[in-house]
Amino acid sequence: MSCGSGNSDKPCSCAGNSVATTTAASEPDPTRRAMIATGIAAVASILTGCDKKTFDEFTQHNFRELGKAEINDIIARLEAEYSADYGKPVHVGTEPAMQGVVFGYALDLSRCVGCRRCVHACVKENNQSRDPEIQWIKVLQMDKEEGVSLQHADPYYTPKEVPEEGHFYMPVQCQQCRNPPCVKACPVGATWQEPDGITVIDYNWCIGCRYCMAACPYGARHFNWGEPNLPKDEMNPDTHYLGNRPRRKGVVEKCTFCVQRTRKGQYPACLEVCPTGSRKFGNLMDPKSEIRYVLENKRVFLFKEDLNTKPKFFYFYGV
Amino acid sequence: MELLHNFRLFISGSWHLITRGNRLYYAWVGFLLVLMALGGLAYANQLRHGLIVTHMRDQVSWGFYIGNFTFLVGVAAAAIMLVIPAYIYDWEPIKEITLLGELLAISALVMCLGFVMVDIGRPDRFWHIMPLVGSLNWPVSMLAWDVIVLNLYLILNWVVVTYLLYCAYTEKHYVKKLVTPLVLLSIPMAVSIHTVTAYLYNGLAARPFWNSAILAPRFLASAFCSGPAILLVVLQVLRRMTKLRITDEAIHKVAELMAYTMGFNLFLTAAEAFKEFYSQTEHVVYIQYLFFGLKGHNTLVPYAWASQIFGLAAFLLFLIPKTRKDWRTLNLGCVLIYASVYIEKGMGLIIPGLTPDALGEIYEYTPSLTEIAVAAGIFAMGFLVFTLMLKAAVPMMLGDFTIRKAPGEPHPEPPEQAAPIIP
Repeated sequence: MSCGSGNSDKPCSCAGNSVATTTAASEPDPTRRAMIATGIAAVASILTGCDKKTFDEFTQHNFRELGKAEINDIIARLEAEYSADYGKPVHVGTEPAMQGVVFGYALDLSRCVGCRRCVHACVKENNQSRDPEIQWIKVLQMDKEEGVSLQHADPYYTPKEVPEEGHFYMPVQCQQCRNPPCVKACPVGATWQEPDGITVIDYNWCIGCRYCMAACPYGARHFNWGEPNLPKDEMNPDTHYLGNRPRRKGVVEKCTFCVQRTRKGQYPACLEVCPTGSRKFGNLMDPKSEIRYVLENKRVFLFKEDLNTKPKFFYFYGV
Repeated sequence: MELLHNFRLFISGSWHLITRGNRLYYAWVGFLLVLMALGGLAYANQLRHGLIVTHMRDQVSWGFYIGNFTFLVGVAAAAIMLVIPAYIYDWEPIKEITLLGELLAISALVMCLGFVMVDIGRPDRFWHIMPLVGSLNWPVSMLAWDVIVLNLYLILNWVVVTYLLYCAYTEKHYVKKLVTPLVLLSIPMAVSIHTVTAYLYNGLAARPFWNSAILAPRFLASAFCSGPAILLVVLQVLRRMTKLRITDEAIHKVAELMAYTMGFNLFLTAAEAFKEFYSQTEHVVYIQYLFFGLKGHNTLVPYAWASQIFGLAAFLLFLIPKTRKDWRTLNLGCVLIYASVYIEKGMGLIIPGLTPDALGEIYEYTPSLTEIAVAAGIFAMGFLVFTLMLKAAVPMMLGDFTIRKAPGEPHPEPPEQAAPIIP
């Protein structure tokens, strides 16, 4: 088995042109709320005597309730903070969902060989903690005799070479449910589904209660149990607020279909690195897309279909 | 203004009561403070390094903290169970102890909120979950519901207790029209806090072990044994150490009620076990892990069986009138029930719900030293709150400590009605 050769580093675009927000204005009376919050925070700040940055971070409201000016301030603050932390210019994008786009993903179980290149490319692209390493993709080695059975799945297989005789491989990552139990669970609305179908997290609003993790049937949500350890030279500076920007300890994170790439028309990192072409990605709304071809012509199944989560991640048998 | 003045006297009087006591009292409070300090140190360490100092991980993302939380919500709910027979059947001997039940409920809720606080990854963002200020995902999120009902229940009990004690202190009659509806409201509230907490787990289709329709009834049945179990022991202690008069009849009646609820609880557990083991779907693995172990992993097995055996033994002890009325077997039964439900509604609920995890992996969880120290600190805090409240409340209940009587002065004659303030 050889693992670890990820995609090449993206050239960083640090223009800092933060685009408009993805705000869905549904919350009632945000100004009053903001005022109360600011009031409370002001008192807290005086009591604790903390500096302006900590204060701004503490009082920052739910991303979906922020105005454009507030978002620009926050992005500037984050970019300065990350650039200082990682010793290079870091861009934090806020590209909104594209009109008429709903992303879908399909994975060919008859092609996947279980090399785990996707796992490592994902870690590299999305700035996960390296120690302990957080992996958003888990590849399950299954027995051919048992079929897709979680009681016979091994995520820790370590043979010299893959694929192994008598086994097939099933990579599992966020299934980007149309009916996401995690979003329902979150007590503070820190996670939601964007118009392009990607479920994202506001890492600055998450309180770390981990109820979403209990709710997720796919083990797709991961918690920063300790302070994330991301070496400066391995940090990917091309980030998105709702995607791969560096996280802090105590918050949950998950696969976003590489929102920082896919909203700019690129493929997710896991797809680009896959040596077998098992991974297909595209716009479900586009009848001519490859993903639609797969759905219409191949034998497709949904993982844990009985839970009615309605994944937009499909497994299929290509051959 | 008089009210404000009197309330200040009430507070300073309470302070006077809780800061003076015999050697045993100081030793007990000191012991609790030491435990709290140890818990505080462990928590400070957890704040610095993150929840990585616990043994929770992505596979088992909730553990000892949330297990204790769930158990204590049951205690808080069940403390009010005593109110039900008292008011529905107008049964006097139990009425006298409802105020003590409310004090227990408040203490349990303080511990519940403590366990939630230490479990969240970003306690500094607590305000995100506050209604109006933050953005509570209500009514969709069951956790949002839980936050609301637990806090309302805490406030309700606190208001009722404070008002009754204040009236007793100022030697005034409480307004019955005000108190009775509030006390009656606390009954459905008690049921609701535990139901909502059950729904918190129940609503997760991802976890078949919790996704069972009888989870909420099981929660209520087990809680209605464990809460009174604590109270029965406390009542005996109070009876011995203060002038509070609690009849044997009241204690035996509560024990009898506990026998029925324990029997019902065992029946519900059997119903759950039958469904899982007889149908043998792939969802059987969770209860299998709990009772028999899975693929050589069997950390929970001895605890699971101990819980069932303790429960059955206590059921028999409380069912048979002779053992129910013998103080030794009665107290043994209380301890057995407490242990049984603590296992069942704590780790015995949380861990098999998450093991094997959503992708079939078995991660064997046992609490870390930090988790145990923090939990001990929170329990100490709860016991301290309970002790201090009792210390102030009992003399007021007895009419021994009022606005006209100097603290510590004995009442001229023993009180005729043990608790004149009970609605």
